Amino acid sequence: MIELKQVSKTFPTLDGDFQALKDVSLTIQDGDIFGIVGMSGAGKSTLVRCINLLERPTSGQVLMDGEDLMTFSPARLRQARRSIAMIFQQFNLLMQRTCLKNICFPMEIAGVPAAEAKKRALEYLDIVGLPDKANAYPAQLSGGQKQRIAIARALASNPKVLLCDEATSALDPTTTRAILKLIQDINKRMGITAIIITHEMAVVEEICTHVAILEHGNMVETGTVEEVFSNPRSEAGRKLVFPEGAHIDQFPVASVVRVVFNGGSSYEPLIASLAIDCGVKVNILGADTRNVNGKAFGSMLLGLPEDKSEAAKAMNYLKAQRDVTVEEVPDYHG
Amino acid sequence: MDKFLEQVKAALTEPAMQQEMLTGIWETIYSTLLATVLACLLGLVLGVILVAGEKDGVRPLPGPLMKIINAVINILRSIPFLILMMMLLPVFKPLIGTTIGTKAAILPLVVAAAPFVARLVETSLREVDKGVIEAAQSMGCTPFQIIWKVILPESKPGLVAGFVTALITILGYGSMAGFIGGGGLGKIAVNYGYNRYNPGVMIVAVVLIVVLVQLFQSVGTRISVSLDHRITDRGGKKRRSKETAHKIDTDKRDPSQPML
Ligand SMILES: Nc1ncnc2c1ncn2[C@@H]1O[C@H](COP(=O)(O)OP(=O)(O)OP(=O)(O)O)[C@@H](O)[C@H]1O
Ligand SMILES: [Mg+2]
Repeated sequence: MIELKQVSKTFPTLDGDFQALKDVSLTIQDGDIFGIVGMSGAGKSTLVRCINLLERPTSGQVLMDGEDLMTFSPARLRQARRSIAMIFQQFNLLMQRTCLKNICFPMEIAGVPAAEAKKRALEYLDIVGLPDKANAYPAQLSGGQKQRIAIARALASNPKVLLCDEATSALDPTTTRAILKLIQDINKRMGITAIIITHEMAVVEEICTHVAILEHGNMVETGTVEEVFSNPRSEAGRKLVFPEGAHIDQFPVASVVRVVFNGGSSYEPLIASLAIDCGVKVNILGADTRNVNGKAFGSMLLGLPEDKSEAAKAMNYLKAQRDVTVEEVPDYHG
Repeated sequence: MDKFLEQVKAALTEPAMQQEMLTGIWETIYSTLLATVLACLLGLVLGVILVAGEKDGVRPLPGPLMKIINAVINILRSIPFLILMMMLLPVFKPLIGTTIGTKAAILPLVVAAAPFVARLVETSLREVDKGVIEAAQSMGCTPFQIIWKVILPESKPGLVAGFVTALITILGYGSMAGFIGGGGLGKIAVNYGYNRYNPGVMIVAVVLIVVLVQLFQSVGTRISVSLDHRITDRGGKKRRSKETAHKIDTDKRDPSQPML
């Protein structure tokens, strides 16, 4: 378990002190995949760097299984860091070492015998899909490939905690998905705790169990992804979860209903089954929904057909759904 | 003109002259190499201390100590080379037994060149990406491991280029030492060209020095470039070779200049 207690970080700058973190408190349970989101400059990197003390908080505590890292001797801190792997946005690979040697590096530091380190490194090269790059140097790889080597390097030493600072922002959507899947997989198989910084809400939706929202160095909201996404309480949270606000198309329709999803099945199957089960086609006029771990949250505006009986049929069908509330929007003007 | 050509011919063909030239080449090479190795070792240690020991380095050292090291380096680098050598020759006399000849010049050369190498090393080490060092810290590396396994290997190409620069500079200084009793090709050039007014022999000795410098420079450049795994294609190799050669050329100290 990782606990941050009233962590503050002040940077002395030329024009006065700058407080990058203000009394941030967080609890991250073992096995969580914890997302940290926020606008650029919110303090996300600073926060995650406080967890392995690359940045020493100005005040507060960083507890790892109940022990305050801030009180550790340098030797003990090094020991603790060996179980906290970090993936950097800038990869930070050793340019004069081959990929294989890069992945071996943390194991070398931790004293894993060379033969075993090599075996594990090769395994992870395979897992990240780059088995043919063992003897290539980082300069010969694309950005996404470098990031995957960095990920293999982080994972190969069997860390208990994985810190990812924008680990996927250099990657294309397909590779991003593959990497997220990999992290999720490792999390499920080995129970690794992952802390993932991102500015992409899609990443949080995809794999996180918990999320914290940072704004100007304050932690304005935290909770399970379901909680925060279905009902963001802070302004910053709403802006991140629904960046466009409610968006509704101009469209002439007979009658309009609002369907609110409370975490049931996702909404596409519902609209599809509406068409299949009762043969009624509806127009989606606007949707403000999010899929969180396969569950739907938010609301959607549906335009029902002009035919009164079909409209009624659709209404009844919708009302019969679990985790869905339906209400008519009497004076919808588009 | 005829006389000059005859002198050149004599320098190249007369057995006694040939022997003297060969000895000169040998003395120059071995004293240069030996002094370079020692100066580079000393310079490397100093350079590492300068980078690792500063306030936000990987192993901060007491501020006053860093100030003293910096001051000593700056002072040594500010004394004109020949004067520094003259000052140092008697210092090492108890150790070497003489102030004349190739051997006597080696240690003063080392002391004169080491601060220069330290600055070259410092520059190369500072080029290592801060992020990579941070990554190593996040893995729990000790300061020594960071220096030994990260900073030094990552800056290897730059270090080698620096050592080549040192080699060339020391060869130049060593030749200048011919004026104050040093040996090798420098002594031959000074003896014949300056003391006995025999420009033909001097030119041969100077050409040999130039050839040695060019040889060291091109071999050194090649080694530095071939060690650099950041370069992956032939175009890049060519470009880096040019850059490295240029860097060595601009970094090497002109022995006629004071140590600035
Ligand atoms: N070493 C430093 N010295 C001074 N100010 C700093 C330092 N590091 C960070 N800051 C400031 O702290 C604030 C938070 O920085 P941080 O890097 O944590 O932001 P972030 O949320 O990670 O942003 P991004 O999404 O752009 O990476 C920024 O305003 C930044 O200018
Ligand atoms: Mg950041």
